Amino acid sequence: MTSADYEPASLPDLLPLYYRRLFPFSQYYRWLNYGGVQKNYFQHREFSFTLKDDIYVRYQSFNTQNELEKEMQKMNPYKIDIGAVYSHRPNQHNTVKSGTFQALEKELVFDIDMTDYDDVRSCCSAADICPKCWTLMTIAIRILDRALREDFGFRHLLWVYSGRRGVHCWVCDEAARKLSVAARSAIAEYLSLVKGGDETVRKVVLSDPIHPSIRDALKVVERYFPQYALHDQAVLGLKESVDKVLALVPEDILYGGTDSREPLLYSSEKNPEKRWGLLRGCATTKQGTLKKGQHFEKEIMLQYCYPRLDVNVSKGVNHLLKSPFSVHPKTGRISVPIDLRQLDKFDPFDVPTISLICAELDRPRVGEEEEQVPKEKDSDIDAAERRRIRDYKRTSLAKYVKVLDQFLDGVALSNRGELLKKSGGFETKMKPCFYNY
Amino acid sequence: MQFPVRQRRLIANPKTELYVHFLQFYGQPPLENISLSEFETFAVDRLKLLKTVENSGVSQVKGSEPYQKKLDKEFSNLNFPNKPDIKEEDKDGPNEYEKRRKDHISHFILRLAYCQTEDLRRWFIQQEVDLFRHRFNRLTSVQKSSFLKHNNLHYETVGLVEKTALTDKLVQSSYAGSGSKVDTQDYYKVPFQDALDLVRNRKAYLKAGYVYIPQQDIVITVLNDFRTQLSKALALTARSLPTVLSDERLQPLLSHLSHAYVGQDYSIQKNMGKISLEQIDPLSGKSFPLCMRGLHQALRENHHLRHGGRMQYGLFLKGIGLTLEQALQFWRSEFTKGKVDMDKFDKQYAYSIRHNFGKEGKRTDYTPYSCLKVILSNAPSQGDHHGCPFRHSDAELLKQKLQSYKVSPSGIAQILDLVKGMHYQLACQKYFELTHNIEDSGFSLNHPNQYFLESQRVLGGGGKEAKAEPPQRAPDVAAKPPLDPPALAEMAEDLDAYFQDG
Ligand SMILES: [Zn+2]
Repeated sequence: MTSADYEPASLPDLLPLYYRRLFPFSQYYRWLNYGGVQKNYFQHREFSFTLKDDIYVRYQSFNTQNELEKEMQKMNPYKIDIGAVYSHRPNQHNTVKSGTFQALEKELVFDIDMTDYDDVRSCCSAADICPKCWTLMTIAIRILDRALREDFGFRHLLWVYSGRRGVHCWVCDEAARKLSVAARSAIAEYLSLVKGGDETVRKVVLSDPIHPSIRDALKVVERYFPQYALHDQAVLGLKESVDKVLALVPEDILYGGTDSREPLLYSSEKNPEKRWGLLRGCATTKQGTLKKGQHFEKEIMLQYCYPRLDVNVSKGVNHLLKSPFSVHPKTGRISVPIDLRQLDKFDPFDVPTISLICAELDRPRVGEEEEQVPKEKDSDIDAAERRRIRDYKRTSLAKYVKVLDQFLDGVALSNRGELLKKSGGFETKMKPCFYNY
Repeated sequence: MQFPVRQRRLIANPKTELYVHFLQFYGQPPLENISLSEFETFAVDRLKLLKTVENSGVSQVKGSEPYQKKLDKEFSNLNFPNKPDIKEEDKDGPNEYEKRRKDHISHFILRLAYCQTEDLRRWFIQQEVDLFRHRFNRLTSVQKSSFLKHNNLHYETVGLVEKTALTDKLVQSSYAGSGSKVDTQDYYKVPFQDALDLVRNRKAYLKAGYVYIPQQDIVITVLNDFRTQLSKALALTARSLPTVLSDERLQPLLSHLSHAYVGQDYSIQKNMGKISLEQIDPLSGKSFPLCMRGLHQALRENHHLRHGGRMQYGLFLKGIGLTLEQALQFWRSEFTKGKVDMDKFDKQYAYSIRHNFGKEGKRTDYTPYSCLKVILSNAPSQGDHHGCPFRHSDAELLKQKLQSYKVSPSGIAQILDLVKGMHYQLACQKYFELTHNIEDSGFSLNHPNQYFLESQRVLGGGGKEAKAEPPQRAPDVAAKPPLDPPALAEMAEDLDAYFQDG
């Protein structure tokens, strides 16, 4: 059996098995509880479930990991979304005086969806993806991950494959979870460069000088551009795609300063790299002269490759986002964390489907796998939990749960720091205070 | 009144210490006793200043030359401090010290009056922020540093070593050709949350969560801090307000201020009796503001107005010069055309008309409603015709109404734009200009009766006499001795704790 053998009709049969034996509840709880630094953080978190026939249940909340498990095993949601941490338990939001039930905190999240790149990819459109255009996601992750870490100083970024055609990023630092709506929207704007819809031809306009953050993004794009754009997408191949690129080239360069109305690139040169070289050459010459459009070759690269964010998803504190380890009902693929150290090797078509991992459970056990299960020190982990650990370890889900584990170890270090701060000695570690009120 | 402080440092020269700069961050409430009449003069003057700020910000580009000129003029008219550069010797002179003191105290008084509702707070904060920006921009670079330091705004300066290491990045992050100045000017480092505008537009270098801001751009961050601090302070003031309002002399004063208009008191009427009842119909078309024109029309059509409408329109009519007798006759003749007979009118309505003229009940001579009162209090509901049409009608209805009054389409668009920006009084003023065919009405509209008088003046009617400035209104409490501290003590204590604990 391979990942591809998934039948949406089988989902109702597979989900109970998945939630009973495979879903990594313990890591999931460990993540959303954030080491118990803030009281009721998990308990006040909104979950929402999409059930069979698109029945949407909002404002679910749970007191314990056990309660969450029991409910998910009972409801067998087709999709799980994670919302904000509220002022009250979300499942009691109706009993609270109106106006007092408020979203207080949430991870800073980003949603990058391949459909937003339809004007610049020729291989697929809409919900389809292929290995050729997946490079766009790799580029997006590289650019955003760098900016969020280096420019904004965030450290705990969980990148997750959405299960179909995009990726999500969960920035989990305490400071990120506490950001105001205004700050979230400012960050999203800072990271957005491609502006305008179908009506806009030139969607990237660089200012001069070019901001350091964009320069760093350009370094990433330049690395991927020849293979991705010139070969995989052949943006300088057929006349139709060449014309799209040429629409972004300033007129004086387009016609090479001659009287001929035949664009430069319709010359005999057919090799895409050399064609691109021709354009770049013009740009270099131009840089000394005119002011307007002097960075046009960079603008072209960015328009084709720079990450396109759904700003609205990032802005709102109460916006819901699909949870990691939720199943995508159409593809059957699990929404799995991405290991950035292996980013270039990440292949969305390698991501296991629910049918694959359920089938893997049925395979006969191999003796030594039993031995690899770590002896748990905590005696309060019950037998079911231990069995589940053994269970997912026998499937292709294991390596993705491991990515989450490693991520959580990083978060735990910071949480421990927070707890220390709370128990005293916090003056020395406080962020400098700039206010006098 | 007094804003006491639990512990006061002994200062060699408190005057110098308190007002080092012409601009203040208003971190400390005033500590002295002031008389009620000074209390009110200060408050009214600051309100005038803020109205000018609002007005100029809409009619001019903020920060432009005409904008600055207009504000400067108002500053000097009202005796508020506006010049950073004064010679050392006159800094402590009575004049400049008085101005700074007035700036300080008047700001805190208006906090009391403008903390009560979201609408009032938003308006107050916006005008104060613009006011602050105007003055901050007049400081030289050295003065800015000194001001920030004095107010404990410790933006971390980027050290020379770090600055040198980052020179390229800082040059690349600069915009509008400021790049060349990297080595000659200081840079500050502030958490990115405090300079979101710079972040959003990628207008500064960002590293590890800090924005690197050249000194010339620090105003954005300072304003952000100012806004945050003022907003928090207003929330706190609102919580302590019940204590303040328990002083019976302060309550009317503060509510008067927050509903206040600046300028004339339209209850003292020199025109009394100079208008005949026959004139009301033509006047309502020519010189009534939209709210009163609507009320008049509704009254003529329905031969009735509900309480809110009777109050708003009745007091306005009194303000334009109707005597009590005329008023009684006017309302009676209209109401009895409808379902109300003479007897019922005399029993149910005549009382309240006499009441409005101070002839019944507490015998208070009621004041015509100002625009702010009309806009902010007692919103109309189904069947009501009172309120401000710019505030309380929906855009489509307002548009129809303006069309029926023959306002040009471009004029309507301008008015609707102002309405969208919540500048209801300016929208009304625009309506004035359009219907009177003048470019710039040259006054700041705060009151329906002011609208009437200005209209009469433009049309060459009998308003000239009334234009002469009557005495500033001082309510009947003005003659009483200064306020005792205890009433305000608790509030001030709260404020004090707030500012000191950080
Ligand atoms: Zn594709």
